[in-house]
Amino acid sequence: MAAYENFFNAVGLKDWCSAGGDGGGGMTSMADLIAQTDGTTTQGPSLWNWPFPSLDALNKACGAIPPSRDVTQGLEDGFLAIRGGLRAVVDPLTQPLSWALRDMLWIMTNTPWWLMVPILMLITWLVTRSWRLVVFVLVSIAFLAFINHYEAAMQTLAIIFVCAFICVLFGVPIGIAMSRSDRLQRTVIPILDMLQTLPPFVYLIPLIFLFSVTEPKLYGIAIILYAIVPVVRLTDLGIRLVDPDVIEAADAFGMTKRQKLFGVQIPLALPNIMAGVNQTIMMSLAMVVIASLVSAPGLGVLVLRGIRSLELGTGLVAGFGIVIIAILLDRVTKASLARIDTSKSRK
Amino acid sequence: MTKEIKVSIRHLYKIFGSDPQAALEDVKAGMGKPELLEKRNHVLGLNDINVDMKEGEITVIMGLSGSGKSTLIRHLNRLIEPTAGEVIVNGENILDYNEAQLRKLRRERMSMVFQKFALLPHRTVAENTAMALATRGFPASDYVAEAEKWLDRVGLGGYGDHHPHQLSGGMQQRVGIARALASNSDIMLMDEAFSALDPLIRTDMQDLLLELQAELHKTIIFITHDLDEALKLADHLVILNDGRVVQQGEPQEILLNPADPYIEDFVADINRARVLRVRSVMERGAPEGEMSGDIDGNDNLESVIAKAEGALDRRYRVMMRGEPVGSLTMPSIMRALVPAQSSGETAKR
Repeated sequence: MAAYENFFNAVGLKDWCSAGGDGGGGMTSMADLIAQTDGTTTQGPSLWNWPFPSLDALNKACGAIPPSRDVTQGLEDGFLAIRGGLRAVVDPLTQPLSWALRDMLWIMTNTPWWLMVPILMLITWLVTRSWRLVVFVLVSIAFLAFINHYEAAMQTLAIIFVCAFICVLFGVPIGIAMSRSDRLQRTVIPILDMLQTLPPFVYLIPLIFLFSVTEPKLYGIAIILYAIVPVVRLTDLGIRLVDPDVIEAADAFGMTKRQKLFGVQIPLALPNIMAGVNQTIMMSLAMVVIASLVSAPGLGVLVLRGIRSLELGTGLVAGFGIVIIAILLDRVTKASLARIDTSKSRK
Repeated sequence: MTKEIKVSIRHLYKIFGSDPQAALEDVKAGMGKPELLEKRNHVLGLNDINVDMKEGEITVIMGLSGSGKSTLIRHLNRLIEPTAGEVIVNGENILDYNEAQLRKLRRERMSMVFQKFALLPHRTVAENTAMALATRGFPASDYVAEAEKWLDRVGLGGYGDHHPHQLSGGMQQRVGIARALASNSDIMLMDEAFSALDPLIRTDMQDLLLELQAELHKTIIFITHDLDEALKLADHLVILNDGRVVQQGEPQEILLNPADPYIEDFVADINRARVLRVRSVMERGAPEGEMSGDIDGNDNLESVIAKAEGALDRRYRVMMRGEPVGSLTMPSIMRALVPAQSSGETAKR
């Protein structure tokens, strides 16, 4: 005797229910089996353990109502049905990401270490002008190389460089567009909230269905979706925070929208945009570890190996390597941010 | 007056709210500011403003905060769009302008100086000064010399490579003025340009402005809440209260004949001896008889009292441009020094 059977009988839907299928038929759940063996099935539920009118409970009483399993199944079927079409559109569009990741990985792992390390030091010098950080970069990479983690570290860095660059490439224009239109801002902010709060593993599920696991863009897209949020948000915020008096002056002197954007708004929002870039880089680093689940190379693979085969030492050393890279990226981007900040507004 | 009217505001209304056009009907039918706010939840910003600004003069628009003066000046270059009315510049109604024409107007014919300076913090002083020229698309090589010239003129020669935040407030506003002058526009809008500066610097800046004006003859529209400043600078004074023009005219005239109690209150605290000039209190007509000496029509009363060394029996011949135009006795000076309220009452009797 199912809990809601009387209800359906009372409202006269009995025929409709039985036409839909036999009540409680189909799959038998573990709970049902236990109940059968206990011999408690004949009694209806008491008020104390009265079930919530969920799909499953209603399905028991009336076969025409689908069980909740059908809903998830339907979602899956629906996704699989559009997969072909979606793939035909998204696959060629994202192909350049695969190329970029593959090429970057090839360059950074195949350049000899005695060339790669000076190049990284030179980049550090160009963006920060700080000898201390150049030495710090040298020491960190030398340490990672010394414990034979050089190649994994370079793979991780290569993925981050490509993904962070693409995040900035798309994130800054999206942020600018958001700052100019309240309506766009209202639509984009919930999407950003969702991207930020959705557990990162959840992105991976549909992506695995869409792309082949051998394609680097699989993890590339996952990382970009996760890491693009801060740069979009802070670009929008930075431009909206530009002193309205200065904007008014720009208007009063007859600047065009374009002149205002490139001559006033972006330069004044630059400290905020750079803070967003820093956050984006840090978040892509966090995601690159998770993305090793879907074949992203680098230090994350070693961490994963540590978990999977309980190699405590491997996992901890690789984790420490990630910490070093995180500190490295954070210090370098923060130093370049500080440089922009002081040379423009507080010298 | 033979000077031409450069900027003219005709029946200008500005109502803030969701449906200003409907509220406009009520205002034209005579609804006041408090009533409009209560019944329709619209704010009456400007109410039937009519002002003519003459070429080469400083028109000062004065009012307390909330009187609508900053709103008014922003209508002149359409930073704010009016609800109804006309703004005529050089005979053309700028409210009919399209975007390109408006931009040309802002770039070439009107420049603006702001209360909070509003310099671009990421550009140097020279680049800020040349902002109008750079906006018009001149390359840097063309405008650097021009920027230096105007910086020199406002007393900031050699500061071109500094950034605005390295300068004090007074210096920053000098850059603001240089920026407006460098655009070479004949109309300058100054929105409480000196209000953020401390009193001594403010006096300096007022002197600088008068000095520049004597040389350049721009049409200046100056907003202020400070009556002393208004009286010092104005050729034509417009007093605004609650979005309405309460009185406008020559400052001396307003001081001697305030139109209503609001303005009487305003002028009560003024140092009249310093503001009133000989020409507005003298007896007109060719002077006769014994004279103690000559004074200029533009001297203020304070200097005449100083010249008389306090003696009450002096009688001076008033000269304007080398010709005698009237005479002034010490008792009439004393009468003029008594605030308007009592003089207004005597006039009524």
